[in-house]
Amino acid sequence: MTNSSDTAQSGPMLAADGTPLKKSLARSLRNQKMRALALIAPLLLFILISFIFPIASMLFRSVENTIVADILPRTVVALDDWNADGGQLPDESVYSAFVSDMVEAIEAKEHTKLGTRLNYEQTGMSSLFRKSGRQIRKLDPESDGPFKEKLIDINAEWGEIKAWSTIKAHSVRLTNGYFLNAVDMRRTPEGIKQQPENKRILVKLFWRTLAMSLIITASCIALGYPVAWILANLPMRTANLLMILVLLPFWTSLLVRTSAWKVMLQQQGVVNDVLVWLGVVADESRLVMINNQFGTIVAMTHILLPFMILPMYSVMTTIPPSYLRAAKSLGATNWTAFRRVYLPQSVPGIGAGSILVFILSIGYYITPEIVGGTKGVFISNRIAYHISYSLNWGLAAALGTILLVAVLILYWAYDKIVGIDNVKLG
Amino acid sequence: MADSIGLDAFVAFERVQKSYDGETLVVKDLNLSMPRGEFLTMLGPSGSGKTTCLMMLAGFETATHGRIMLDGVSINNIPPHKRGIGMVFQNYALFPHMTVAENLGFPLEVRKIGKSERETKVRRALDMVQMGSFGGRRPAQLSGGQQQRIALARALVFEPELVLMDEPLGALDKQLREHMQFEITNLAHDLGITTVYVTHDQTEALTMSDRVAVFDDGRIQQIAPPDVLYESPENSFVAQFIGENNTLEGVIREIRGDFAVVELDDGELIDCKPVNVNSPGERTRVSIRPERVEFNKGRLREGTHTVNAVVREFIYMGDIFRTRLSVAGNENFIVKCRNAPNQVRLKPGEQIEIGWMAEDCRALDAH
Ligand SMILES: Nc1ncnc2c1ncn2[C@@H]1O[C@H](COP(=O)(O)OP(=O)(O)OP(=O)(O)O)[C@@H](O)[C@H]1O
Ligand SMILES: [Mg+2]
Repeated sequence: MTNSSDTAQSGPMLAADGTPLKKSLARSLRNQKMRALALIAPLLLFILISFIFPIASMLFRSVENTIVADILPRTVVALDDWNADGGQLPDESVYSAFVSDMVEAIEAKEHTKLGTRLNYEQTGMSSLFRKSGRQIRKLDPESDGPFKEKLIDINAEWGEIKAWSTIKAHSVRLTNGYFLNAVDMRRTPEGIKQQPENKRILVKLFWRTLAMSLIITASCIALGYPVAWILANLPMRTANLLMILVLLPFWTSLLVRTSAWKVMLQQQGVVNDVLVWLGVVADESRLVMINNQFGTIVAMTHILLPFMILPMYSVMTTIPPSYLRAAKSLGATNWTAFRRVYLPQSVPGIGAGSILVFILSIGYYITPEIVGGTKGVFISNRIAYHISYSLNWGLAAALGTILLVAVLILYWAYDKIVGIDNVKLG
Repeated sequence: MADSIGLDAFVAFERVQKSYDGETLVVKDLNLSMPRGEFLTMLGPSGSGKTTCLMMLAGFETATHGRIMLDGVSINNIPPHKRGIGMVFQNYALFPHMTVAENLGFPLEVRKIGKSERETKVRRALDMVQMGSFGGRRPAQLSGGQQQRIALARALVFEPELVLMDEPLGALDKQLREHMQFEITNLAHDLGITTVYVTHDQTEALTMSDRVAVFDDGRIQQIAPPDVLYESPENSFVAQFIGENNTLEGVIREIRGDFAVVELDDGELIDCKPVNVNSPGERTRVSIRPERVEFNKGRLREGTHTVNAVVREFIYMGDIFRTRLSVAGNENFIVKCRNAPNQVRLKPGEQIEIGWMAEDCRALDAH
């Protein structure tokens, strides 16, 4: 049998017993594969439960919108025939369906939830539901009709088209509403519009997150490259000793490190004190270096620096010094030898470090929260806010999804430009 | 070792010393001068300072003491990139992110040579090492031997007058190595370049070089053409290091000009040529090449001392017979003889008498 499978061989290779070689190979490897699978099963399960599942659930939550349809099922059906463009209020059937739905919802104490949800889209809805709830409770959907007049009596807003069109607009079970919110748009009864000027903060925050992450990555490259170079070129023992200094930050709590920057950079802090003492700045015009973007960039650069240095170092140690020597013996000056020979070979390290630092910083939360003030916070701080305070999980999920997609797109772009095979983590 | 440093020397080391740690001298008092066009090999055991010397010449290490001259000019303070010395590294050091042609173009590019001229030169250099069609490949896509050729071409493409090679063939298999030895020497001679070649393979050193410098312990032990080195080693290190060699220990009894008598430790007397021994009573180690030992008494000179030997082993090696003897306490005394039609095949256990021409047996220092 020859090993040229293209022309001489027709059909699949056969094993000694006549079964196709591929098949008998697969069979012989199956046991091995099963064993390997059993070994990784705990991790697989863990990742599934703690990573894949939450991400999937988050992705879903960003478009999920069952609350209106669940709490007001009859109203939603009744609203089907109604069209806000006609300029007419819905007819009695909608009002009576609404009262029946509301009575049940009030019973289950769910009407305020609905109000909160609709309030994201239309301010005032929350209080409308809360206030009307008390009186609707007293109505009996069987006997007290017709309800149109009564509801409008309870609150004049039920006599406005806006209230009903908002309910109708958000009665679909899957919505892009959260995504619209996430990019400072909203769905109004008149169609998709930009948020009012004073509420447009998220897009700005996205850009700021991107821009600051880039600045942090660039600072890490600038500060980390020489350090990695020195480490890679020192004798092993000294390098290991210095490596401890690089790794030291990992052994200190993130909070402690961040708070240390607060102490350093605040107006009565160490840096300002020294500058004043040196006479560089006047006492009354101390620099504002914390609770703004500068503070965030400084602190995060410091915190993420090891993630840049380590991959750079591990790549640089694999570059034999003979390359630089060869370049010099061929007539290149130190600078040319570095630029033409060393730098291109260290690019995989820069790439790996940059991806790590950039992706870490784009989703960073604690440091911007502590030292960022209002101008230096990231989109992640906003996500955290929506998760823990405003409880608008849908929006938080949409923001998170956008962040995830942005990272994936950047990753893809990086692969196109630099090539992901060129990334070496060690 | 006695080359006086002439004014016409192209490369010269003058009393060069080198220490890395300030405690031990890795190179101790190196004196060397090379005429233009010479192919000189530095040969020596590992750690003897060969690479260090080469690196000092290339400018990557600084001499702790002494002067290094290139074409009559001291180059101690000239940075490596201005020395214009071609260099072939042991692992080739081809730039992995550049194609073969870009690798070769690199030294021309940094010399600001125009594109078209550069291309001609690169093509010529590639043809020179018979790699004309490989310009577009990356070094990783070449075999070891091909990489070797490219490294050679790269070191030559900018037409340096001096080329340094540090064990350039170390990574190749035997056959390829022999082939490349031949090609490198031919190229060096055809182009008339001066070459300093480092190896610890003595066959390589003997077959390639105009002169070989044997290094040990940071010093040149002997520097001489290959035949002189092999036939007239000046001390016992060189005798041991180059080629196969039998040694016997004893004391000088008598010196008469070019002739000396040595009493071996078991009391037998032999004839030899004094090399670096001075006076009777001195301990010596005599050295005889296995192919110069004679056991056919008829072929020895009249009145030559002979020594008793016992045959221990007879090894048939095709072209030669290799016989191991026990002589004066040395159990590993080797005799080689040509497989000629009438050649005697000795049998283990046989008692024989052996002897040699006095000039083939060199009385050397005893350490
Ligand atoms: N950069 C260095 N720092 C300290 N000591 C060194 C350095 N380079 C070489 N040495 C020491 O100098 C001595 C000579 O080394 P060198 O590399 O010149 O030997 P060599 O003759 O080239 O050996 P080999 O045949 O193994 O290549 C060795 O003892 C080595 O340990
Ligand atoms: Mg060496």
